[in-house]
Amino acid sequence: MKRRPNILNWAGFAIVLIAFLSYVPFFALFPTTRDIPWANYLLFLIGGALLAIGIRRAFRDSAHYSGKISGSILTILSAVLFAFFVVGLTYFSKQIPTAGTALGVGQKAPAFVLLDTTGKQVSSVDLLKNHRGLVLIFYRGYW
Amino acid sequence: MGVSVDSPAESQKLCRSRGYTFPLLSDPSAHTIRQFGVLHPKGGEAGKDIARPAEFFVDATGTIRWVNLTDDIRVRARPESVLMAIDRL
Repeated sequence: MKRRPNILNWAGFAIVLIAFLSYVPFFALFPTTRDIPWANYLLFLIGGALLAIGIRRAFRDSAHYSGKISGSILTILSAVLFAFFVVGLTYFSKQIPTAGTALGVGQKAPAFVLLDTTGKQVSSVDLLKNHRGLVLIFYRGYW
Repeated sequence: MGVSVDSPAESQKLCRSRGYTFPLLSDPSAHTIRQFGVLHPKGGEAGKDIARPAEFFVDATGTIRWVNLTDDIRVRARPESVLMAIDRL
């Protein structure tokens, strides 16, 4: 009897791959899925569950289902992707200097003159003359 | 307004692609970034100095009244929390 291809292994791996690749270009754009990446973890969970079912039936019911070897490889790859994802989020995204050197509340903000995106000079002193205040957001850049 | 080491042209690309309407200022030498104490030495491409993520509110007298310094580049102050913090001052 011809064994059926074990589609769950591949579907599970595809979802794990989406979980891994979708964070930066998509889920990181929305604060609710960025700060705590629950959507990506949920996708990893779904992918992992499908893989688990797929690999289980490949080994338990190998008369009907293929995928022992491919399923094992895909499971290991998925585990590696998940590990990279977790390490990236818990370690690499925290590789910034401590906040100790930053100016604090009550200190004078240094005046500055910087170019805006049109090349026009913007002076903090001029802005503060006719505004209640300034919100300064420092970016890492390189977008 | 935003500040980064990117050139005005680079920042303009970002504003266009993300639809930002607030001014994004260019500090290529990281002079102002250094003055605010938020330099991330060699944090950028090819070991270039960049800014660490940070948000400040400076009042009309030029005094810093609120600061937010994240320890995670993914997690930034949200606009509504910045506005709430300013309203509470």
